[in-house]
Amino acid sequence: MVSDMIWIENLWKNFENKEVLAGLELYIPRGETLVIMGRSGCGKSVLLKMITGLMKPDQGQIWIDGEDITTLTRKALDRTRQKLGMLFQSAALFDSMTVAENVGFMVSQHMKLSKREIDEIVAEKLHLVQLDGTQHLRPAELSGGMRKRVGLARAIACNPEVILYDEPTTGLDPITALEINRLIRDLHQKLQVTSVVVTHDMDSAFSVGTRMAMIHQGQVIAHGTPDEIWKIDNPVLQQFISNENHHQN
Amino acid sequence: MNRQPSTQRQTLYDSRNLLIRFVDFAGDRALNGISGLGSATLLVWETWLLAFRRPFQLNLLVHQLFLIGVNSISVVLISGLFTGMVLATQGYFQLIQLSAEGTLGKFVTVSVVKELGPMVTAFVLAGRIGASITAELGTMKVTEQIDALEVMATNPVKYLVVPRFLACAIMLPILTLFAIVCGIAGGYLAAIILFDMNGLFFLKLAQANLFISSIVISLVKASAFGMAIASIGCYKGFTISSAGGAEGVGKSTTGSAVTSLVTILALDAVLNQMLHVIWGLQ
Repeated sequence: MVSDMIWIENLWKNFENKEVLAGLELYIPRGETLVIMGRSGCGKSVLLKMITGLMKPDQGQIWIDGEDITTLTRKALDRTRQKLGMLFQSAALFDSMTVAENVGFMVSQHMKLSKREIDEIVAEKLHLVQLDGTQHLRPAELSGGMRKRVGLARAIACNPEVILYDEPTTGLDPITALEINRLIRDLHQKLQVTSVVVTHDMDSAFSVGTRMAMIHQGQVIAHGTPDEIWKIDNPVLQQFISNENHHQN
Repeated sequence: MNRQPSTQRQTLYDSRNLLIRFVDFAGDRALNGISGLGSATLLVWETWLLAFRRPFQLNLLVHQLFLIGVNSISVVLISGLFTGMVLATQGYFQLIQLSAEGTLGKFVTVSVVKELGPMVTAFVLAGRIGASITAELGTMKVTEQIDALEVMATNPVKYLVVPRFLACAIMLPILTLFAIVCGIAGGYLAAIILFDMNGLFFLKLAQANLFISSIVISLVKASAFGMAIASIGCYKGFTISSAGGAEGVGKSTTGSAVTSLVTILALDAVLNQMLHVIWGLQ
């Protein structure tokens, strides 16, 4: 438990009598990239929202770097959030700001740095996602893949310890999706961060994941390395993997 | 023979069903209304607390002051001018029946300063600013930008609501002063051009009836209207369901304007009572 960056214990969540999470247990070791898989509506995104503190569980604990975020005050939660970076499904870029302002937003809010220093950080992060020289552009001027990459640059701006990805390849063409997958792997190697990827894109899952977990009926029904996942004899898991692969082929 | 009682029973059953459905509907709406009022009050309370907490982010406030104030001034000036003109025209035709058309200057000044100045300004801003705040925040909510703010450890109420709330509370009184000046000017123009009245006499009456207390009441009301417009605009934007999409944003924007207008009227009645009756201001 101590070596785990994220530890989730007995997590429950209901929405108007619909049980989304039912005693979910999950751990994410430090420095690993965990892919969370599952059918639409199985609670993957809800789980991500709970890890970021956007949603409270009905019951259960979520430990991030040794702190139970379900019991934290707003101020303490914000301190923990500074260890997180998140790439939203739609990138969620601030459309009233330029790319540079988006990427530098968290730095300008939480670090006492000069404008020049912020500009340097922005340039460095944009270089990591291969978008040099796009600082002056507005989100409306970017393609889907570029928006995701700017979202990723924004997520890593404050050197987080954990990066969360919500459906990073959804809505992208196959080539751009491959680029995003490569970027996630590169960032994981360069920054040595813990990553959580929520996806039902199996190509992406097997391409970026060092560990995988499958959620079904509010619980984790399989958890292991990609090789172990292939070998787990669970009909729901095997059907999901083979169907998704079949779909993508 | 047996059919009649059965039909009567059916009618009774239908009426009872209708009544139950009506009570259910009315109860549901009332509960939603009370719950909404409670949530909006909590938002205003949090806004007040955060407004006095560091960091103050003056750049955001200045930006909102510019958007709300400078961009609205032309609409407020034109609305104020025409309101004064219409008031003078209608007032003249009523006062002449009492042979009191000479008091038109007093009539226009008192009406514009005490009621129409703040009301017209608030109505213009409810439609222009309140609706735009809801649309902007609603779009941010639907596109997960507000969630992104939270994940980046930035309080959305502090970052988005506080500057808009303060800017509306500060700018409404300033714009109201402009509306009052334009309203009196409109009345003056109508009096001398349409009714060939003595302009100097009009202005003397206007000046004699301009009390500091009336202007203070007017500005206090305007500030309260500003806070109400910003609170309603922000609340409606924040409470759009992420699944609502563009349709949800549209509905909430309309709802924001309508709620603001009704709230301004209700607030006006309450504040008039408080300021005039309780504190004895005239």
